[in-house]
Amino acid sequence: MDGHSVYQPQSGFMKWLEARLPIWSLVHSSFVAYPCPRNLNYWWAFGGVLSVLLVFQIVTGVVLAMHYTANVDLAFSSVDSIMRDVNYGWLLRYAHAVGASMFFFAGYIHLFRGLYYGSYKAPREVLWILGVIILLLMIATGFMGYVLPWGQMSFWAATVITNLFSAIPLFGESIVSWLWGGYSVGNPTLNRFYALHYLLPFVIFAVVALHVWALHVVGQNNPTGVEPKSKQDTVPFTPYATIKDAFLLVCFFVLYGWFVFYMPNYLGHPDNYIPANPSVTPTHIVPEWYYLPFYAILRAIPNKLLGVLMLVSAIAILAFVPWLDTSRVRSATYRPLYKQFFWIFVAVCIGLGWLGSKPAEGGYVLWARVLTAWYFFHFLIILPALGLWERPRPLPTSITESVLGKGAAPVASGAAAPERRG
Amino acid sequence: MTSAEPTRRDFLYIATAAVGAAGVAAIVWPLIDQMNPDASTIAAGAPIEVDLAPIAEGQVVKVFWRGKPIFINHRTPHDIEAARSVDYQTLPDPQPDQDRVKPGHDAWLIVIGICTHLGCIPLPHQGDFGGWFCPCHGSQYDTSARIRRGPAPANLPLPPYRFVSDTKVEIG
Repeated sequence: MDGHSVYQPQSGFMKWLEARLPIWSLVHSSFVAYPCPRNLNYWWAFGGVLSVLLVFQIVTGVVLAMHYTANVDLAFSSVDSIMRDVNYGWLLRYAHAVGASMFFFAGYIHLFRGLYYGSYKAPREVLWILGVIILLLMIATGFMGYVLPWGQMSFWAATVITNLFSAIPLFGESIVSWLWGGYSVGNPTLNRFYALHYLLPFVIFAVVALHVWALHVVGQNNPTGVEPKSKQDTVPFTPYATIKDAFLLVCFFVLYGWFVFYMPNYLGHPDNYIPANPSVTPTHIVPEWYYLPFYAILRAIPNKLLGVLMLVSAIAILAFVPWLDTSRVRSATYRPLYKQFFWIFVAVCIGLGWLGSKPAEGGYVLWARVLTAWYFFHFLIILPALGLWERPRPLPTSITESVLGKGAAPVASGAAAPERRG
Repeated sequence: MTSAEPTRRDFLYIATAAVGAAGVAAIVWPLIDQMNPDASTIAAGAPIEVDLAPIAEGQVVKVFWRGKPIFINHRTPHDIEAARSVDYQTLPDPQPDQDRVKPGHDAWLIVIGICTHLGCIPLPHQGDFGGWFCPCHGSQYDTSARIRRGPAPANLPLPPYRFVSDTKVEIG
């Protein structure tokens, strides 16, 4: 942290405020002067994108909540009214629904970045685990949000997912009726999902604050996996990371806007435009795309309880990755074998996702089982074994060396500090 | 060192800020506008037609338009006389009775039935002036629904309305 500027209040007002609540110096030291590795690539900008998306979802969500009614007889038509009557209601609804998909898209990229570059390794284990907690909260929030429009998919997804808890021995049935607030998914269920869907994003916000705090204590990882050793290895967050994040954000919003304005229902399911009918189950119940890999794993296991346990384990196992991976080298850039297994793992996840969208019949079942087996094999066998077997490539001595090459002279003050104009 | 001439960097900063500001405005406007009355509320507030034929002389009828109570009073000649015989300049909210009815339809007084004090609905055929009495804080209105006594600052306002025919009025 040395050599980077420390905020000194200049005006009388700022001196007065700093003495009472040093919020500006906190912002300054965290997001302006904060030293971040100079070699961060665009895969590092997704955290910023996710923060903006979280705020965006909360804002669009609160505004939608002004017009939505959580009652089984009124919910579907209140959403229809938002789409047709409320000024810009169509835009707000599509922004929120597509926003959820975008949130998971950026979230998965952010997670896979962590897996590739070893961002979960010491001393970032708690940072990583907080991220897994955020993923769990996101999954819960997204699920409850999808129930609210009370379409066919909303109702049946609620029924299927809450029924998972009946797999729990002894207490399963009572837990399920406790969740339902009745003998089946109904009005009490919808009402409580609405309350919780409003609450959880603020819980996510709090855990994100912890996540950023944990990050700032240990510092960011970087594509080499070699920690910064000198002032030269880092640059101040503003303007470097700020502008990089802003640029990716703009590009990301182009993608987001593409869906919202040209194909807003592409990522959704047409059956959700049919009002919920408790007596007719749709022929192919599928969750939204971001749950499909987990759905495939659940259906691959022929036993009910085991299937549920595998589903939960598929997410929970992520929390153990810092200890499952025995390699002393962080970044896959220098781990030629792990790199290949990483991309195989990515293909397996995408494959599971695709299989989750298919009916559980014939060849799809076999493949889902094979890929599920590989999924756990990757975490339980490959990660521990590779650390012991693999011969990593030689690491660069420092970040500066990896950026500038060996023997590069220390950079002159002009190029390293364009934040001073001139 | 900074030169006196604006640099490319200055241009880029200002251009980015301008586009950014336009972007922020484009995002903020829908978030604000969504709170304005939506299409179904506006449709529900469309003008209503009221048939005046069943309203007897001396009767006061209450209808709702845009959620507000509207008094339709079929005034007797005595009511009209009482409204016009007073010097309107001396009233708390000076206004001649002729300005409060449509020409040729002096018998029909149509006003919004919300007390201009704090919003209660005044009661007809009560008070010392032959008009309305508001039970909340004691405001009294005359046969032209003008404030005469009490805390209310203004006469009962007129809604927009027109006579479709002699026995039918469109309010709104």
